[in-house]
Amino acid sequence: MSILRVDNLTKTYPSGGQPLTVLHAVSFDLAAGDTFAIVGPSGSGKTTLLGLCAGLDRATSGSVWLNGIQLDNLSEDQRAAVRNEHVGFIFQNFQLLPTLTALENVLVPLELRGQRGATKTALDLLDRVGLAARAGHYPAQLSGGEQQRVSLARAFANRPAVLFADEPTGNLDPDTSERVVNLLFELNREAGTTLVLVTHDLELAAKTQRTLRLRGGKVVEEVNAAVPE
Amino acid sequence: MAWRDSRRSRARLLLFMASIILGIAALVGINSFGDNLARSIAGQARELLGADLVLSANQPFEPKLEPAIGKLGTARTREISFASLVQFRPGRGTRLAQVRARDGGFFYGDWDTEPKAAAQRFADTTAAPGALVDDALLVQFGAKIGDSVQVGQVVLPIIGRVLKTPGQSGISTAVAPTVFLPLGQVTATGLVQRGSRVKYTRSYQFAPGADVAAVLKPLQARLDAADIDTDTVASRQQSTGRAFADLTRYLSRVAFVALLLGCVGVASAVNLYVREKLAAVAVLRCLGASGKQALLIYLIQTAGLGFIGAVLGAALGAAVQGLLPRVLGDFLPVDITVSISWAAIGTGLLTGLLMAVLFALLPLLSIRRVSPLRVLRTAFEDDTAAPDPVRGIVIGIIGLFILAFAYGQTRDWKLTLGFGAGLLAAFAALAGLGRLLMGAVRRFFPAGWGYVWRQGLANLYRPQNQTLTLVTSIGLGTFLLATLFLTQAMLLGRVQIAGQKSAANLVLFDIQPEQRAGVEALLTAQKLPVLQRVPIVTMRLTAINGTSVSVIKKDTARGIPAWALTREYRVTYRDSLNSSEKLTAGTLPTIGPDKIPRISVEKGYLERVKLSLGDTLNFNVQGLPQRTIIGGTREIDRSRVQPSFLVIFPAGVLEGAPQFQVVLTHTPNTAALAAVEQQLVKQFPNVSAIDLGLILTTLNDIVDKISFVIRFMAGFSILTGLLVLSSSVVISRYQRVRESVLLRTLGASRAQILRITLVEYGLLGLLAALAGIALAVLAAWALAVWVFEASFGPAVLPLLGLAGLVTALTAGIGLLNSRDVLRRSPLEVLRAEG
Repeated sequence: MSILRVDNLTKTYPSGGQPLTVLHAVSFDLAAGDTFAIVGPSGSGKTTLLGLCAGLDRATSGSVWLNGIQLDNLSEDQRAAVRNEHVGFIFQNFQLLPTLTALENVLVPLELRGQRGATKTALDLLDRVGLAARAGHYPAQLSGGEQQRVSLARAFANRPAVLFADEPTGNLDPDTSERVVNLLFELNREAGTTLVLVTHDLELAAKTQRTLRLRGGKVVEEVNAAVPE
Repeated sequence: MAWRDSRRSRARLLLFMASIILGIAALVGINSFGDNLARSIAGQARELLGADLVLSANQPFEPKLEPAIGKLGTARTREISFASLVQFRPGRGTRLAQVRARDGGFFYGDWDTEPKAAAQRFADTTAAPGALVDDALLVQFGAKIGDSVQVGQVVLPIIGRVLKTPGQSGISTAVAPTVFLPLGQVTATGLVQRGSRVKYTRSYQFAPGADVAAVLKPLQARLDAADIDTDTVASRQQSTGRAFADLTRYLSRVAFVALLLGCVGVASAVNLYVREKLAAVAVLRCLGASGKQALLIYLIQTAGLGFIGAVLGAALGAAVQGLLPRVLGDFLPVDITVSISWAAIGTGLLTGLLMAVLFALLPLLSIRRVSPLRVLRTAFEDDTAAPDPVRGIVIGIIGLFILAFAYGQTRDWKLTLGFGAGLLAAFAALAGLGRLLMGAVRRFFPAGWGYVWRQGLANLYRPQNQTLTLVTSIGLGTFLLATLFLTQAMLLGRVQIAGQKSAANLVLFDIQPEQRAGVEALLTAQKLPVLQRVPIVTMRLTAINGTSVSVIKKDTARGIPAWALTREYRVTYRDSLNSSEKLTAGTLPTIGPDKIPRISVEKGYLERVKLSLGDTLNFNVQGLPQRTIIGGTREIDRSRVQPSFLVIFPAGVLEGAPQFQVVLTHTPNTAALAAVEQQLVKQFPNVSAIDLGLILTTLNDIVDKISFVIRFMAGFSILTGLLVLSSSVVISRYQRVRESVLLRTLGASRAQILRITLVEYGLLGLLAALAGIALAVLAAWALAVWVFEASFGPAVLPLLGLAGLVTALTAGIGLLNSRDVLRRSPLEVLRAEG
């Protein structure tokens, strides 16, 4: 069954009075459990595509179906509800809320949907990323790798159908990167989540089943690879 | 979530809310005080009047009324009061005092004397007569109980000092200190003569529960016809209550302005806070929070802290309320019992909280529109920039709330709209000046100046600047202070002329025609000049253009003020105008070809009484009718010390009428003044002398007391302005940490960074002060032209001093709050920011 379907997606921004098309007619289709990488040089439209797929922005033309829901005509608040229900995020800058502890950060998506007594779930997730002992610490008290692991736990808290990761290792050293990436794929496999990864790192991209290469907003190549391991 | 998110910012958020604490404190304080005052006035209304009913008139009660008024009530007292020079013996000095000759004490209220028994002895007709004297008067002359006081031709021993008289406030005692005499002594003083200004009063006590209004009703028409005023407990309570309700309403509006200022501070602080929180909001949006949820998180935070601020403010207000009776004590005719007014606290809390939330909502609304895309692209800023119709609605609600508040206080739409328009004008003028400054700095940027100056100046208009907020809040505080100062200077300036060399500073009046030569000889013997002599004839108006005054009085549609119809006119006669008068229309006073006198009336009087040139006025000159025609109008410069007259007759009409003279002289020093006053009391006891120097001192004292009250209230605005300043400096400190760190990393010294701060806040303070002062000068000019009708020349030096003080304070607070950034090492700051 299709979990994420992108059909002929185009995004145009007005720029200096002239329309600037940053994404040209991109299409793909992902099934449950698929792992998918979007690669390309800076300015190729990777982040724009990720934003459109996750319902953070609206396309100029074309459609996005997420878990069977067509996002194109939904309001921002309706899309927020879809994100809360079906989507998880991991960012290059971790984007943890600095005023909340690690545990509270993991709880946010659950509490936003009104789920109470979710502390055990959140603690289990923190335990799964190896940070149960740091549950009461604030982001500023954690290293970069630890912060990204908290953000991994947060991303899986609502058992998302699709996990979007934007350069998840961009701010980490190679050793920490490897640990985080392994964890990411393990959790993904366990939960059966579809993973969409935006990265410059071809080695990381190679770990996914399919890779979409963008240049100047256009798909220049789509590679299907055998899943490693 | 709201509680958790506020964790690291609570102290800072509370600082934002501190801006409203003082405004709410002022509001709660004033309103509680108002409630207590109203309760005290209601509780002590009988004590205010000292009786159940008081009748008063400017002439003796007609004997034909005696059967009707002689037996009212269960007990009665009489009083005759007038102003006169009194002299303390042995040889302690002379001054003008209010003389109240009574045949008893007061029925209600404390007539507090020392010794306590003195009041009883005073009322005891079998005891030897003695006088009671206001404490202030005894203190002024160093006189004591057992000394004597001479009033006219009577010398009485002082049997007690009066500490408190029912219905009299500290101020009224200061203006006209009183000497109480037994009524039986009044004839012997020789002071009550034809033409003297004397008030006759009867006070009545009724049986408990008696309906005084019902007793009075059948008499009212006859009392009106005889020009007798009636005062009952209810009417006194109403008039006193109204006067003080006006005062507390005025003060409460000043408090509301302080609260508004604080709210502007809250809005600006929350605006900065929101900008800082945009990234967190974007993350929440990304994780699925709706716009409403995100807004609610921050609204709950500000409302929660606003509530804490409001509670602190209300607590402070309840404490301030305890101080107010002390601040205002001299003005109050009643003893205030201070109790907590929960209504005032509730209103203050609600008003403050609602205002704070509404003002905070303005910047918070943008949270609804924060795009989750900000998480991916930090430079994404289009989301909150678009115009938001809800913002307009909130601004509308704030406007309505302000108008509702003003209407709730005044119950008068004209005043309400005036208050709203005045506020809008002051805020708009100050905000406009702030904008003008930013534009001017940007346009005429001194590119050739040193780096420190350029950076300091650029801070005034760069993104997220605080220029508008600070110029408005500090400017408004300065405006209030400067207006107060200018008005006070103007009021005092008008009377200070009296102290000038050779200008008249002693006015002798009530001189009978046969005494004139003797008084002038007395002055000459004392080597004092006779600067001016003015004859005065008293008369009453009987008809205007042939219609009798009693008919006009009943015809309210004419809109002619009652005072003009019932007053006793004091008129002089001459064929010329003096140096303080200017002919504005018609002719000088003259006798017309038809032998009817053409009189000159004051221009303002002509307008207020709705007269015009050529109208006829009939007067009753102490029994003789006199028809006149208005021949001309005059303007009078009231800043000159000259007796001024509404009506002037030509010479050749009133010479034969009973009259008295006023003589103006100048005494070079207090010794000469004391000498002439003593001689006057000895030789011409009925002649009164007004020492303008003493009036000046008294006026100074009163103006000082009034301005202290207003300064006390303006202080709330100034302090709020400083709090807003502090909080915005603290908030912008968080924003500027990175910049300061970067500057220091690039090699800027602490001194350079300090100087940049100094330039920025110094300029801000200076501009705010100058803007406030410019507005104040404008307001004072308007007051001078339209209210006081005085010439206006503001004292420049004190105003510059005020500007300097405000600038120094602003720069000082800016530096004080920035020092923390300088103390910390760049690395430490970077880590904390990370």
